[in-house]
Amino acid sequence: MKSEILEVPERPEIAKNIVCPVCGASCDDIQVKLSGDGIVVRNACKMGNAKFQEIVSGHRIRQPLIRENGAVRPAQWEEAIERAAEILASASRPLLFMGSETSCEAMEVGLHLGELLGGVVDSNATVCHGPTTMGIQESGRVGATAGQSKSRSDLVVYWGSNPLESMPRHMSRYAIYPRGYWTRRGRFDRTVITVDPRRSITAENSDLHIQLLPNSDHELLMALLTLLHGKRPHPSVERTTGVPISQMEEMLDMMKSCKFGSIYVGLGIASSYGKHRNAEAALNLVKELNGHTKFVIGALRGHCNVAGFNQIASYLYGFPFGLDFSRGYPRYNPGEYTSVDLLRDRDVDAALILSADPVSHFPATCSEYMAEIPVVCIDISPCPTTMLSDVVLPGVIDAMECDGTFYRLDDVPIYFQPFTKSPFSFTESNADTMEQIFKRVKAIKSAPQYASSQRHRSGC
Amino acid sequence: MAEILLKPKGSIGIMVEAEVIRPDLFAGKKKEEIEGLFLWQGPKTLPLAEFFDVDIGRAGQTDEGKPEETSIIIEGDVSRVKRIGQGMKAGRIEIQGSAGMHLGEEMTGGSIIVRGDAGSWTGMEMRGGQIHIKGNGADHIGSAYRGSWRGMTGGEILIDGNARSQLGGGLVGGRIIVAGNVENFCGIRQSGGLILVRGSAVRGMGAEMNGGTIAICGSIKQPSPGFVEVGREENVKLGEIQLDGWYTKFAGDFALGKNPKGTLYCREG
Ligand code: SF4
Repeated sequence: MKSEILEVPERPEIAKNIVCPVCGASCDDIQVKLSGDGIVVRNACKMGNAKFQEIVSGHRIRQPLIRENGAVRPAQWEEAIERAAEILASASRPLLFMGSETSCEAMEVGLHLGELLGGVVDSNATVCHGPTTMGIQESGRVGATAGQSKSRSDLVVYWGSNPLESMPRHMSRYAIYPRGYWTRRGRFDRTVITVDPRRSITAENSDLHIQLLPNSDHELLMALLTLLHGKRPHPSVERTTGVPISQMEEMLDMMKSCKFGSIYVGLGIASSYGKHRNAEAALNLVKELNGHTKFVIGALRGHCNVAGFNQIASYLYGFPFGLDFSRGYPRYNPGEYTSVDLLRDRDVDAALILSADPVSHFPATCSEYMAEIPVVCIDISPCPTTMLSDVVLPGVIDAMECDGTFYRLDDVPIYFQPFTKSPFSFTESNADTMEQIFKRVKAIKSAPQYASSQRHRSGC
Repeated sequence: MAEILLKPKGSIGIMVEAEVIRPDLFAGKKKEEIEGLFLWQGPKTLPLAEFFDVDIGRAGQTDEGKPEETSIIIEGDVSRVKRIGQGMKAGRIEIQGSAGMHLGEEMTGGSIIVRGDAGSWTGMEMRGGQIHIKGNGADHIGSAYRGSWRGMTGGEILIDGNARSQLGGGLVGGRIIVAGNVENFCGIRQSGGLILVRGSAVRGMGAEMNGGTIAICGSIKQPSPGFVEVGREENVKLGEIQLDGWYTKFAGDFALGKNPKGTLYCREG
């Protein structure tokens, strides 16, 4: 891999209203100036700024790579696309993993490719807010856009989330500090409650910190619901959660007496024990609080477009993640058709990974199995997933080098335009790369010799 | 009684879906017809003979095609074969090893016995018949489909070992008896029927329960806070089952609403 600085076209004037492709806040007020000396970024937080620096980074993957006999070698684009398509077309059950740092347009091609191949299509939600989505399917959701909460919310609860570190501009741009129509004094018009086992910096900046014991969110939520229904929770709940019932009552009083409450759940809900049951309980609490005042709930989505996959998969195929196409129609059953389960159970035999690094984030047994099966990956810089891939295709950075759509944390689509263009002659965007793979796979699949080798396909 | 033996031919790679392995579908079929039934492996359909040797006994043909007189015996481990007995109406299946996911899902009659362990979603939304798991059960045994509040409505599931999480989720009717322990959210959103756990539970027992009965003989590590004590009972009788000793009786789950109809018995001491 070459390490010299990637050449980027200069852009002397400042580009405005650029969308940040990092976290679920999808901030759309970034200003960028590109010059020979590098890139100057305004308005972005530290996380956002670091990603914008990637565009001039020496780490960037600049050419396709193919693994042969254990060793990686540079390859021509056409050859790499052909090899990727062959891997997918010859697999019995490929997994297509649509990472959350790319556009809906690229993910959409992945979903169609999954349907064509009879494979499984999943995305980061599977190890992120998938359980929150499942909770929504159990109990429904009272939601709001970020703008609505900004204008109206006088009580904010961060439950199992620490936005000051995971979504640094959430408080300043959407939730706590901005002055809204009915919250003219910004922070002074709002009360902040944080529910977190740790004394996080968000907790330090809150009016009330409920420091529950780890993995007791479900019991705390159910105790609040019990209080709301006029009964005293079983006394064992104080031992289970580490929170006195009197403090639960205090919290509930604050919630009932506000004008417009917003709960933002994080992975403390979705990924602590209880998972979708925690989310379901939180959604039920919000539903019932609406009998007293106005209350809404939303998830602090981690990546810029992790919400996008849930949205487009739902409107195209009816399910938010973990879609199995083996019968030609989509099926859904988290625990059965979701990436971690499929890899752990060795129930797929090839994988395409788009803009994600599951090898770093999945359990070790899953990563070990990924090392055994052929893997195609599209990424902008080296990571453990690119290191075990058989084909690596250079990625294009969405919102900087190509246009497309992200869904923000509140499920609002944000169309983004680039301030420069793809540094590659062979692809304009990840959506373009996915389309090229799709076309090759389709051509291989419809070749007569391939069709005749497929036995009994869809025979009944 | 016609006995059809299925012998797995070796290890299975990508998991197989075999909802055609059902006594009422095998009844009256010749050996070749059974061998030719299609199973799914990924997006491909392959004949049953690809995965199993079929032995139909001396008769050459199953007894007059009566499903209730038909018995399927699987000689070996089928933990990578899903959906065996799905939707079966009558007859008997015996699995001498462990079974894969969705065993006996939506079955309405007949019986299944598994000598090993049973996979997740075994007996999901079953309406009648019996499943007896001699080993352990995985997650979601006798539960509802994802997002549904109505799970099993009838029949019986017996587990000699332990079961993991969401056992009997959304139970509406029928009963589930576990000799060992369960983990989380056993009987979540239960609205009818009976769950008896002779061992202990971790948490979420009967959460969001609105009807039916749960009895637990061991302890609950993190009890659901929405259960309110309503009394004590000695030698509780649940149908023909008699529990020995003193039990505390709870009503719940008050986290679900103001007037829930669920009953939870916890053994004292
Ligand atoms: S808060 Fe998120 S979207 Fe906004 S600038 Fe920071 S990383 Fe980018």
